[in-house]
Amino acid sequence: MKPGVLILTGYGINCDEETRYAFERSGARADIVHVNDLIASPGMLADYNIFVFPGGFSYGDDTGSGKALSNRIRNNLSEELGSFIERDTLVLGICNGFQVMVNLGLVPAIGEPFGTVEASLEHNKSFRYQCRWVDLKVDVDSPCVFTRGVEYMHIPVAHGEGNFYAPESVIDVIEKEHLSVMKYVKPDGSSASGSFPANPNGSLNDIAALCSRSGRVMGMMPHPERGMLFTQRDDWTLKREELRRKGQPVPEESDGMIIFKNAVSYFE
Amino acid sequence: MEQARYRIEVFYKAADYRSRVIAEKLNRLGCGVEQAWMTDNYLLNADITEDDAERAALSLAQAVTQSYKLNTPYNPGDFDYAVEIGYLPGVTDNVSHTVRESIEDLLKTELDVEKSVFTSVTYFFKLKDGASVKKIAEELHNPLIQRSRIMTADEYISEGGMGRRIPVVHIHERASADIVDLNISEDELAVIGKEGIADSDGSRRGPLALDRPSLIAIKDYFLEKEKRNPRDIELESIAQTWSEHCKHTIFAAEIDDVKDGIFKRYIREATVRIRREKGDMDFCLSVFTDNAGGIEFDDDYIVADKVETHNSPSALDPFGGSITGIVGVNRDAIGFGMASKPIANRYGFCFANPFDEKPLYRGKTPDTALLSPRRIMEGVIHGVNAGGNTSGIPTPQGFVYFDDRYKGKPLVFVGTIGLIPKTVNGKSSVMKRALPGDNIVIIGGRVGRDGIHGATFSSEALDSGSPATAVQIGDPITQKKLSDAVVKEARDMGLYNSVTDNGAGGISCSVAEMAKESGGFEVDLEKVPLKYPGLAPWQIWVSESQERMTLSVPDESLDKFIALMKSRGVESSVIGKFNAGTRGMVRYNGEVIFDLDMTFLHDGLPRKVLKTTLNLPEQHPSSLPEPESLKSVFTAMISRLNTASFEFISHQYDHEVQANSMIKPLQGKGRVNGNASVIAPVPGSKRAVVMSQALYPSYSEIDPYKMAACSIDTAVRNAVSVGGSVDYMALLDNFCWCDSNNPERLGQLKEAARACYEYAVAYGAPFVSGKDSMFNDFKGYDECFNPVNVSVPPTLLISSIGVITDSSVCQTLDFKAAGDIIYVIGSTGDETGGSEYELYLKGSCISADGGAGTVPAVCAASNIRTYRLYEEAMKRGLIASGISVERGGIGVALAKSAIGGMMGCNVDISAIPSENVYRPDILLFSETQGRFIVSVSPESTDEFEKIMGNTASRVGSTTSDGTLTLSRDKEELVSLKVDDVNTAYRGVFAGF
Repeated sequence: MKPGVLILTGYGINCDEETRYAFERSGARADIVHVNDLIASPGMLADYNIFVFPGGFSYGDDTGSGKALSNRIRNNLSEELGSFIERDTLVLGICNGFQVMVNLGLVPAIGEPFGTVEASLEHNKSFRYQCRWVDLKVDVDSPCVFTRGVEYMHIPVAHGEGNFYAPESVIDVIEKEHLSVMKYVKPDGSSASGSFPANPNGSLNDIAALCSRSGRVMGMMPHPERGMLFTQRDDWTLKREELRRKGQPVPEESDGMIIFKNAVSYFE
Repeated sequence: MEQARYRIEVFYKAADYRSRVIAEKLNRLGCGVEQAWMTDNYLLNADITEDDAERAALSLAQAVTQSYKLNTPYNPGDFDYAVEIGYLPGVTDNVSHTVRESIEDLLKTELDVEKSVFTSVTYFFKLKDGASVKKIAEELHNPLIQRSRIMTADEYISEGGMGRRIPVVHIHERASADIVDLNISEDELAVIGKEGIADSDGSRRGPLALDRPSLIAIKDYFLEKEKRNPRDIELESIAQTWSEHCKHTIFAAEIDDVKDGIFKRYIREATVRIRREKGDMDFCLSVFTDNAGGIEFDDDYIVADKVETHNSPSALDPFGGSITGIVGVNRDAIGFGMASKPIANRYGFCFANPFDEKPLYRGKTPDTALLSPRRIMEGVIHGVNAGGNTSGIPTPQGFVYFDDRYKGKPLVFVGTIGLIPKTVNGKSSVMKRALPGDNIVIIGGRVGRDGIHGATFSSEALDSGSPATAVQIGDPITQKKLSDAVVKEARDMGLYNSVTDNGAGGISCSVAEMAKESGGFEVDLEKVPLKYPGLAPWQIWVSESQERMTLSVPDESLDKFIALMKSRGVESSVIGKFNAGTRGMVRYNGEVIFDLDMTFLHDGLPRKVLKTTLNLPEQHPSSLPEPESLKSVFTAMISRLNTASFEFISHQYDHEVQANSMIKPLQGKGRVNGNASVIAPVPGSKRAVVMSQALYPSYSEIDPYKMAACSIDTAVRNAVSVGGSVDYMALLDNFCWCDSNNPERLGQLKEAARACYEYAVAYGAPFVSGKDSMFNDFKGYDECFNPVNVSVPPTLLISSIGVITDSSVCQTLDFKAAGDIIYVIGSTGDETGGSEYELYLKGSCISADGGAGTVPAVCAASNIRTYRLYEEAMKRGLIASGISVERGGIGVALAKSAIGGMMGCNVDISAIPSENVYRPDILLFSETQGRFIVSVSPESTDEFEKIMGNTASRVGSTTSDGTLTLSRDKEELVSLKVDDVNTAYRGVFAGF
């Protein structure tokens, strides 16, 4: 049976439709559900295996990105979300969804199960919205389910507040337990070491994504759904030219798709 | 001012990058900041316990990096001054709405919608000796919408911080509809038209912008047909409906021998003729009748496009003006047909030189200074950032254009493309009809005094009497909720019969427009939800408070509709009914205060009769001095305000959201601003939408006809360059003119419009939508308080939109591989009149008097042939890079392809095909239309040349040495490292 994906929407979430497309293309059954409908009937969570906080501008980023929506969920859905995660399910947050998850304490959730806010995604060091393509190195030793078999990704970021910060004690655990799933790197694969634009926001240790210890809960600043098809890439016309001249076929999909496929195949 | 019960100040425990960046910026402006700190302040004016206020504060601070103070002032330590910036009463405070909702949810209580939460920001500064805190405060706020308070550290500490005063709106007006006596002389009538209706104290309410013939028609209608005097609300409503902004009186006027007027004769007629000539290939599905123009995307979908301007408000409050503009034009898409989903935004900004700090004043006193060009530019750019990004609509395309004549009024073009299924609930999605008996429902934001007289205001020149209430601030989240609820749910549930946007004129215009579909309407005005009490009925009726749509909802689905809106956090109100009658009626608490014949309201406006004159300068072959060295000229030409990289805008506008981006605003490894973009809005479909824009205001004073022709040719050619087809392209026209009572300006207008007809027909590219703004003039004072008039150059923006049937063929402008052959397509003439090169050499704008160089003439027939050949070569995958040659000519285009590919090239200028042009500078920088530069892999050159025939000429090749070399025969003229060219290209806006 196809796994069921619940994609949250409402109050300024805006990547719901393309995220649904990514999951459906990967073989899942995906529904977009308004946060108010979920609060009204939280029992519907039983029908789903994957919960997604998509990207967007929930509540306009007012008072800090992801904060108002995380408050809404904390005030109304804490227990239900807790029992959802206790089942063998997956939770994914992208961009604003990651910001919501951090403010809910869903990641890194060192003080398990979850609920303590341990980190923050602050204003970009440039204090400017950055929509640009980044290179990511995946920690192959991470327990993360979503990045299994992946070493490198080229997908875009688009955010004003993606500057990861956590106190040293938290960072130490994150690094030791390989919870920092993805890190920004330079195009040649070497460490970004905090330098712009490879690290687009000033994130501590170049951290772009985090997972929980179980590996079933992940939040990431970059957008895999915006880099799931070949022709979405910023360099697709160059790559196409190179492939053509080598007589090789031009692919349909691109790096971001694996995140969704891994999620779906977890339930196969 | 009233006091709030609680003041929460949220501050950073960890590093606060915002305050660092703000300090850096202030220091670039010479403000002498040593250190800065910030707090975000929330004033809670609500009857809640201190414990609850504490819980609220806790929820507002990020637990790891922030903390808060409740009713005790934050003190960062070693600071000299505190500066608090908050809003003036009645100005939209978006953050406060979110905070109120969050606190309501947290405490499970309800708070007053408009009076319970207010926000402000406090900056704390440690300054260097001699630094001016007053200058800093001026830089940090706009006094038309914000208040500032400066305290020294001593004052701040001794007075216990900034205090808890809140900007509540108090209005002490009689909330009734006054009768206006029209039994007065024509001169007295004229005063009402120019300055507005007189209040009881004799003050005037602001311009109705009605001319004498209109006022006489109104007088005759009331005194002879209705046998009574009008109420103020009726006059205000007629003024809105008849405004230049809404009725386009100049485009509708009889002008010289053009009896039908410019719009019907030159714009609409072009479309009618093209559709007839295209026959089965006609792709227009909804033109000129709706909020946007719609063309066929494929068998299932329509794309709709609309471009608006929001110039006057942006001059006063650049941020508020531009965010309101972009969010407003989004509503044109949402209000298209049965509601289309916005899938792309585009922008175009015309500014004065941002490095010009000489002030202009609206009045004779220093406190009436206009914001500087830099402040206007920063504010406008930020407004579209906030509006577009927050709404989740990608911004794949836009431009900035600079000319000192935009110093009095910037031009802010904003456009939105929408996508809608052809059929919704089994019915055509573009045939909407409010039916008699349908309820009039308004959804979205509440009504305040903001935006009153917006429509009539933008029909007047900007001067010291310009009303600040015309300024509004858009609220993208309120609109996003509304948009999702309508487009993604209510539409497909079939809950309404018609929908339209509330833009200019507010509900007075939207209700009257929709009533055309049914006949008449009845409205009970007291049912309109207000932001604060005390609004007069006429203000409620014409207010342009944002984020509102009007829908006609039948009785049977009303409950379901209201329930859906409530569950999506969207406020909705039933304010009346549409009927089958012929009159519009408005009651206020039961009393009829508005009762007009709908035919008079819509068609009673007397048509203007206009006469034009035309005196254009003669055009000569270029007499510009030939520069000794082309090398420095080349670098200068790629680093002009109008040719340089504006990546700083492109990367702060999200162009990847909705995952539809294909050809992006930045192209190639070198991230060069392209001039056309492509989006693929339907996942899984090969079809895509291509878009571009073009304008040549620098040609207008020399030859407005050629100016318009070049704009059309460029908008089409740009789209073709990335993969568009000249046979599947539609156009939008935005005329932003000046001083349009002047026959000479009207003469230029007529010439430009005539070219629009000729060239649209020649290219088979129909106009599907358009908008005009006829009075972009500033009357005020210069830096010495001498009177000045600053008028924008006659500006025509042509936007193109087309459908690409196989988007996999699309191409970018960057060179791809060393050793590829470079071709110039099209022939170059001696056409530097009004060109960027001429401006560069002359060092300033061209004046119309005296001789001028020749403005490019467009030969549509031969260009179309070239474009079709180019399209064929693209289809076969023969073109490895393609760029359309526009402003700055071949030189700038070559530089862009080289920077885009981070790759050198070797070009022989003498191989550029020309009409007897021998000067290398003219060959490089002439702006002749109809040209491209492409690179082709050596394996493909035979096939490419066979297709292109003699339209393409080999001029050189790409190289791996990273050097851009231009020679004539064997003589080297320019040899520059591409890295250096890139540095010049990017250096101009490095500080932005």
